[in-house]
Amino acid sequence: MPKKNQSTQNKKYQEYVEKTSPKPTYMKNCTWAFFVGGLICTFGQFVHNQIESRMNLTHLEATNITTLIMVFLGALLTGLGLYDLIGKRAGAGSIVPITGFANSIVSPAMEFKREGFIFGVAARMFSLAGPVLVYGITSSVIVGLIYYVIGR
Amino acid sequence: MAIKRVGSQTVKLLNPPAIVSAASIVGPKEGQGPLSNYFDKVLEDDLFGEDSWEKAESKMLKEAVRMAVSRQDLMLPDIDYMLGGDLLNQLMSSSFAARDLQIPFLGLYGACSTMAESLSLSAMLVDGGFADRCIATTSSHFSTAERQFRFPLELGNQRPLTSQWTVTGAGAALVANDDGGPFITYITTGKVIDYGIIDANNMGAAMAPAAADTIGRHFDDTGMLPEDYDLIITGDLGRYGRDIASDLLKTKGYEVVKNFTDCGIEIFNPKKQDTHAGGSGCGCSAVVFCGYLFKLLREHRLNKIMLISTGALFSPTSAQQGESIPSIAHAVTIESKKKN
Repeated sequence: MPKKNQSTQNKKYQEYVEKTSPKPTYMKNCTWAFFVGGLICTFGQFVHNQIESRMNLTHLEATNITTLIMVFLGALLTGLGLYDLIGKRAGAGSIVPITGFANSIVSPAMEFKREGFIFGVAARMFSLAGPVLVYGITSSVIVGLIYYVIGR
Repeated sequence: MAIKRVGSQTVKLLNPPAIVSAASIVGPKEGQGPLSNYFDKVLEDDLFGEDSWEKAESKMLKEAVRMAVSRQDLMLPDIDYMLGGDLLNQLMSSSFAARDLQIPFLGLYGACSTMAESLSLSAMLVDGGFADRCIATTSSHFSTAERQFRFPLELGNQRPLTSQWTVTGAGAALVANDDGGPFITYITTGKVIDYGIIDANNMGAAMAPAAADTIGRHFDDTGMLPEDYDLIITGDLGRYGRDIASDLLKTKGYEVVKNFTDCGIEIFNPKKQDTHAGGSGCGCSAVVFCGYLFKLLREHRLNKIMLISTGALFSPTSAQQGESIPSIAHAVTIESKKKN
């Protein structure tokens, strides 16, 4: 039974690789993610508070404007070539906030500009963010329907 | 009866062809690495005056070929075959370079194993009397490989410690019948080996079994031992892949530790250059061989080496369909003197 022998050999090898491969520095990565992610969110909150108090807007209106500003900043930092440098250290800390979402749209758009504005920029723009949008919107619709039926 | 075959996978060249010249061009990052003084040309800008990275890669390959040919006071029409390849879909870099060079072209895809593959076939063509001069060439470019195999450059993601850095560079070696060495004496062609590794960020682990298989087969076929070599150097296993290959060879009964290294380890300084496990890509073994090893062989600072270029034969499609990473390794023995 050569096939079975092969699969046990593969399994043994995969366990060996698992054991000998260097492990990510979890503590260091988590600390960076915590502080950078926290900093981005604190800054977002600061922007929100300023808009709410100075421009005399409602809480929800201020939220929308804050989102726009944070997306703009994420896109700007990506365009300046800084966001990937932040991401290299911060990991999830700069991917999870909405600035990371902006980064995931702007970076493929920049990358594929040479393939033209239609099949390059426009077609590739959502290659990374697309799944987030599809499942984000789908799940929000489902949650909304459930709420409509039983939540009221 | 094939009189030049030895054992199951090895060829012994009866009239060992010489590598009469070699040229290497690298990007700015490789130019800051430990081997920087050995490269023939270091680009200041990785676009090389072109308007896309693909075109830049193609130009590097083209210029490397021109440089290798002109060093021998030859013209492009003096070359009988150009054998080459790269990592891009449909061999974009090599095909477009071959369009401009107008040398009869055999395009090869062996992923990062292409340098040893093109050297092997060039040597066989010359030894077999089918060609007087063949040019073996490959290239890779960090930015073209990233966009084809991984993520956009500006995406803020983290690279795992086992990941490698694709070398921006192209190498070309001119193989001909000549009395001045170094000479290609043995060729061991590898089989596709797959131990079921799926993680594309751990190519060293995926390719190490292929490297160990080819190296072990080479010793079995020729009866040589690791001590017979001044240097046994793999293409782009990286730091962890090298250790795995060394362990696997030990189980086959061959102790390779001291004289065993990897082009991907030699080309970068991991602490200063943030390249993690080491360099990778077709260009990695190409520039390390054509730039560094070739010069050491010429100066007789190395007398006998085995270059084993290692390739991971996966594609973004195969990875998305959940396939593991099949790998291959080809070995070429190069000696500075011809034995009679």
